[in-house]
Amino acid sequence: MLYLIPLMPLFGAAFAGVAQRHHRQGAAWLAAACASVSLGLLLTNLDSVLAGVPAMTSMPWMPALGLTLSFWVDGLSFLFALLVLVIGLLVILYAVYYLEPEEPLGRFYGFLMLFMGAMLGLALASNLILILVFWELTSLSSFLLIGFWKHRTDARQGARQALMITGGGGLALLAGILMIGHIVGSFELPVVLAAGDLIRDHSLYPVALVLVLLGAFTKSAQFPFHYWLPHAMAAPTPVSAYLHSATMVKAGVFLLARLFPALAGTDLWFFLVGGTGLITLLFGAYTALFQHDLKGLLAYSTISHLGLITLLLGMGTPLGEVAAVFHIINHATFKASLFMATGIIDHETGTRDMRKLNGMFRYLPHTAVLAMTAAAAMAGVPLLNGFLSKEMFFGETLHVDLLGASHWVLPTLATLAGALAVAYSTRFIHDVFFNGDPIDLPKQPHEPPRWMKVPVEILVIICVLVGLFPQYTVQWLLQATVRDVLGQSVPDYSLALWHGFNLPLLMSVIALAGGVALYAVRHRLFALHARLFPEISAKDLTEDRLGRLLLWSRRGTDRFENGSLQRYLYLLVAIACVATVLPFFGPGEVLSPLTHPFDLISVVPLALIVLGAVGTVIMHRRRYLALIPLSLVGLAVSMVFARFSAPDLALTQILVEVATVILMLLALYFLPQHAAPTASVGRVWRDRLLALVVGVGMSALCYLTLTQSPKALSQFFLDNAVPGGGGANVVNVILVDFRGFDTFGESVVLAIAAVGIFAMLRDLSLKGPTLDDCGRPWDTDRHPIVLAMVSRPLLPLALMVAVYLLLRGHNAPGGGFIGGLVAGSALILQYMANGMRWASDRLPTDMRPMVAIGLLIATATGVASWVFDAPFLTSTYAHVHLPWIGEFELASAMAFDLGVFMVVVGTVLLILTRLGAQSGDAPKRADPPPMEDIGP
Amino acid sequence: MIELLFSISVGVLSMCGVYLMLRARTFPVVLGLTLLSYAVNLFLFGSGRLIPGNPPLIADGVERYVDPLPQALVLTAIVIGFAMTAFVMVLALRAMNDLGNDHVDGRAD
Amino acid sequence: MPILLPLIAAALMMLVPARYWPAYRWLGPVATLFQVPIAVWLIAQAMGNGYVVYALGDWPAPFGIVLVLDRLSALMLMICAVLATAAHLAHQARPSEHTRQFQVLFQFQLMGLNGAFLTGDLFNLFVFFEILLIASYGLLLQGGGPSRTRAALHYVLLNLAGSSLFLIAMGVLYADAGTLNMADLARVVSERGPDELILVQAGLMLLTVVFALKSALLPLHLWLPATYAAAIAPVAALFAIMTKVGAYAVIRVLTLTFGLEGSETTPIISTLLVVLALATVAAAGFGALGSVSLRRLCGYLVVLSIGTVFASVAVLEPKALSAALYYMIQSTLVTGALFLLVDLIADQRGPIDDSLQLNGPPVRNPALLGTLFFATAVAIAGLPPLSGFFGKLMILRAALSADFAPWLWGTLLVGSLLVLLALSRAGSRLFWSTDGEPLTPAPVPLGALLPVMLLLAASPLLVVFAAPVHAYLDQTAAQLANPQGYVLQVLGGGNPKGAEP
Repeated sequence: MLYLIPLMPLFGAAFAGVAQRHHRQGAAWLAAACASVSLGLLLTNLDSVLAGVPAMTSMPWMPALGLTLSFWVDGLSFLFALLVLVIGLLVILYAVYYLEPEEPLGRFYGFLMLFMGAMLGLALASNLILILVFWELTSLSSFLLIGFWKHRTDARQGARQALMITGGGGLALLAGILMIGHIVGSFELPVVLAAGDLIRDHSLYPVALVLVLLGAFTKSAQFPFHYWLPHAMAAPTPVSAYLHSATMVKAGVFLLARLFPALAGTDLWFFLVGGTGLITLLFGAYTALFQHDLKGLLAYSTISHLGLITLLLGMGTPLGEVAAVFHIINHATFKASLFMATGIIDHETGTRDMRKLNGMFRYLPHTAVLAMTAAAAMAGVPLLNGFLSKEMFFGETLHVDLLGASHWVLPTLATLAGALAVAYSTRFIHDVFFNGDPIDLPKQPHEPPRWMKVPVEILVIICVLVGLFPQYTVQWLLQATVRDVLGQSVPDYSLALWHGFNLPLLMSVIALAGGVALYAVRHRLFALHARLFPEISAKDLTEDRLGRLLLWSRRGTDRFENGSLQRYLYLLVAIACVATVLPFFGPGEVLSPLTHPFDLISVVPLALIVLGAVGTVIMHRRRYLALIPLSLVGLAVSMVFARFSAPDLALTQILVEVATVILMLLALYFLPQHAAPTASVGRVWRDRLLALVVGVGMSALCYLTLTQSPKALSQFFLDNAVPGGGGANVVNVILVDFRGFDTFGESVVLAIAAVGIFAMLRDLSLKGPTLDDCGRPWDTDRHPIVLAMVSRPLLPLALMVAVYLLLRGHNAPGGGFIGGLVAGSALILQYMANGMRWASDRLPTDMRPMVAIGLLIATATGVASWVFDAPFLTSTYAHVHLPWIGEFELASAMAFDLGVFMVVVGTVLLILTRLGAQSGDAPKRADPPPMEDIGP
Repeated sequence: MIELLFSISVGVLSMCGVYLMLRARTFPVVLGLTLLSYAVNLFLFGSGRLIPGNPPLIADGVERYVDPLPQALVLTAIVIGFAMTAFVMVLALRAMNDLGNDHVDGRAD
Repeated sequence: MPILLPLIAAALMMLVPARYWPAYRWLGPVATLFQVPIAVWLIAQAMGNGYVVYALGDWPAPFGIVLVLDRLSALMLMICAVLATAAHLAHQARPSEHTRQFQVLFQFQLMGLNGAFLTGDLFNLFVFFEILLIASYGLLLQGGGPSRTRAALHYVLLNLAGSSLFLIAMGVLYADAGTLNMADLARVVSERGPDELILVQAGLMLLTVVFALKSALLPLHLWLPATYAAAIAPVAALFAIMTKVGAYAVIRVLTLTFGLEGSETTPIISTLLVVLALATVAAAGFGALGSVSLRRLCGYLVVLSIGTVFASVAVLEPKALSAALYYMIQSTLVTGALFLLVDLIADQRGPIDDSLQLNGPPVRNPALLGTLFFATAVAIAGLPPLSGFFGKLMILRAALSADFAPWLWGTLLVGSLLVLLALSRAGSRLFWSTDGEPLTPAPVPLGALLPVMLLLAASPLLVVFAAPVHAYLDQTAAQLANPQGYVLQVLGGGNPKGAEP
């Protein structure tokens, strides 16, 4: 039931657009309907509220977060919800006349309803996190509403600023609430409110308090976070009236009132809240006096009134609380009506500048009366509601004893603020409605349509009624509210117009007189003000700051992230070194070395490696030459493999080496033959240093690993190779059986590489140089006959070897990869020897199908084992133990290897031939020879 | 002792690899990566210890074999490395074509 | 099965001759779609019997390679499947001439991802990393153009270096621990005293670096924004999970080897991680604020989400872990959505594309796109009522007990404020400060919007069904918290005839 109250407006928000499409006021009607329903629902809880037994409902949502969907209607939430709904309804009505029909009303009402729903949720939620959720929602919807006139820069900036500040506050609040929840152990309001002492005594209390206050102050535009509010005035006036005077800005003080029992009552609270309130009160009132824009004046007066409420709450006295709540109501009524009146004036005259607006009384007498009454209430003139709460406020200031000797300060300042309030109210009245004639108005003013004034009337009437007969109009509500807020017996206080002659009355009189006096000397004041504070708009200031932050972050990011691969790689390597070294600082020793004697056969290749590596570095600028030491290294590596009993590796390495070098030759044909050194000396040395570190580190690491005592995992493979995998070449058995999955994946990698390269080269047109680096023209002899003659008979031979290697792979060095590579390079030789055209009409150039088939075969082999109800890639040998299975097993593993074989051949051919094709076509453009003659 | 030499050569390899990798041109970088991959392969291979003359081919009468697993791994690594080298080489060509120079950041200087 | 399916599909698609290609278009999408039910089924499996161990070739671990399915991997598979489906749909909606290459590579990419999530063997993990990497290289190049080439060049070279590091780490680990099976490794670590572990630790640290590179943790994140900004939308969307692979790997290895309650080394790693993670968040926040183009902005958002995840992981508590996972799910999906959405918006802005510095023409249907963008922004900036907010909340709560809580809180909150700023600026630039008339005559086709909505829908769903999701995640975290179960299952042979991989 309670859920419906906030849900109705949200529902309205969802369908506002639709409704608008059907009827030109559809959205407004829908909105009004939803709001009324909610209002009705709310009022059904009236008696339970008066009885002081808040209606509750709750259901768990995120136990992990302690978040429950729980709502309640106690006095305070009832009051606040009532405010939201009543004023909301009036605003809806008002907006119908304020906005032009061609404006996107659907969107407007949608946002408005969204806000209303969020606000109701905020009021009624009884779970702190839930409150937070709605809190942020109000910020969001206000962002959308302020930016409603999106074509206006000030609207956009105002919206962003509001979001930034309130959003930031929301984050602080989030942190604060989490802390409270951490202290109390629950987010349920009743629990939290009951745990006041626990919170206040906790060590985290100051932090939590400050964070929560940050949230509240930003929302309620307290100094120094006030400045977003004036710029929020870029919003349509109904929005200003609703969000930025009556409801949203009250959310902050509402929260303070909400958490009053939990947080208030400490000196910290008094000084923080009270102090902020006081400053804001004075500052707002003062600034308001000097505004020329009507809405500006109202905005700052709103700020000052919010400050007043905050101050009242800050005093922490029960009566202060009462006054605060009372003033929330009053301010909402008169300020909303004032905004609406301003809207009317703006709407009718086309300006809000008080220096132009004069003598409006003649043109809009009716509106004038309303506005003046409201303004009087704002000034705290007797017989109006503003007077009552101001009286109470003055009264409270007298009873604050925390300031000790200087207890007179507060009342004095309060009176001053009152005087200022009177002054700006007077200005509002006199400047606009009297004070001579209007100065070049854009429009000829006349009274607005009847219904546009109705909302204002209603509000003003409320002001008067409350002002005259407080005890009949608001007493009960106040009672209920305050009782729930204070959670204790209500202090006895009398809401009455006349308390007899007493200090507060005197203060009011002084304030009134002083205010009028201030207004009388306003011109001199303006001059003074102009001299003291040259015009600086806070918005420009923040925009400027924001801009600088933006620029700064952009610059910083760009500097850090300069798009230089060298830096990235450098970082990567450096970090890797650090990370790896780190553990060695920990405790522990490395195990005792075990080494083999030093023998010449192994020294030779190792020495070669060193030489080759260094050579490559030295020659890396003369690129073709650099390939020679590189291949030397490759050769030496394979020798090392061979030496240390890894024949398969040796074979693979050397074949891969061949393929790689060919590849690089081909590639180099299109790259600059050599490049001038670009790097600065500093960089070179920096790089060398890092390289040295890496080198040393690697050596050390390698040495360590080499000298560990071997672990006995490998024995398993050795033992199971023959019985389990049915092959004597353990490496190969591992490849196709024990770890067949790796091989599988690896062939996939090859396949992908093939696809990717194919894609890259397809739409690529490379231009080869026609001259080599020494300026000699390339040799134009296309197919050196010798090479061709030698290579052709070589082909079948090589293929035979390949197949042989493939077949015997399981038991002796060889296998799919090696076979594939042999075949591949043999075929490449053909291409090279006889040129593309000769080869391509004998062999297909697009090898992708072959690769695919290879993959499928391998996969099929794996899947086949499912037939035997064994996991993927199980070689059948492992399962069916029959004497003749030997053959069978061979079939299974072989097929897999065959798949690999095909993938390899396919890929190698594809890569190299595509690349070759590039240069094979080259003669069409330039006239270089085919690639076999490339190089010095 | 051979271990020491082995490790040193691995170190030198990776040193040169890293240095070249940090150059500004695609080709040296590729060279560097190739060297580095040699180093890495040797390193990985070394993690199975260096035992001369006992290839992991099961035969009667031989008790001591070298650890075959690293060999298998290295074999895989080599082939993958080949695929990668090929890819990056072609990519370098592509960059040469698209960016008009062979600087790793594609900025002509 | 999730590994093989895309493979077969891809291979078949490679086979189809070009002229018949149109007839076989459906293969790819169908294959991708199938991932979802499979993932669901696997999650059910994981919930059913905790671990499912699948010994390939029927060789018991640690000798053979095993695939291990637990709640975490099942979850990752699920995310991946959903994201992939959306990305694929998006690509279908805007056909380009490279569609076949894309399809093939896309499938391979999926294969790599799924494999990486499932495998229980380090070297096998390496192989799958290579698969998904080389596939991603290809995908990244889709569409061509210099910027893509440059980005790809950086991306590829960096990752090649990373792979070398990976292999070195492997060598170290094998040399010292004598095994490559994760579970076995965990056993070794748990059996040995801390002072016999130096080499293993060195190896693990090196591994972590590699994973950090993959998941773009500061200062290894520099490659990401450019790369993601360069990729075409569906690819970028899919890449949203690539970084999470790294995160997954870190979580997996960390929990297995060091465990949550931890050995002596845990604090080091934890502090290291948290510092880096928070630095990442900050850097990404400012980067996002400073972005000149929407796509870069998205890239930074990815980085930021990764930072957040790591920060939460570094708390090393089950609660924090599950929070991190929750956040990871939502951020992955939502950023994916954002990438797709940005593309749609950029298309409508014509030559200005996704620049955030110039006023563009208004988009054709601002209401729809605006709402979507707004929702996405809300979800990412971590504002209620969408999942981002709750994810953030969970992380903050979980981190409350950690001793670096203030830092974490501060950074995360400031970070989300920065994101809020950046996104609100971007939003008002895109939808508010527009001049001229819409360029494109036609509104965005529904086909293109569908995937965005699909991904975006995840956010409210995650909120509404937060309780069950969270329950699952808590159990996941609990499962991760005691690696013994994993070790036992895997080394105890598990059930070789378990579910199909």
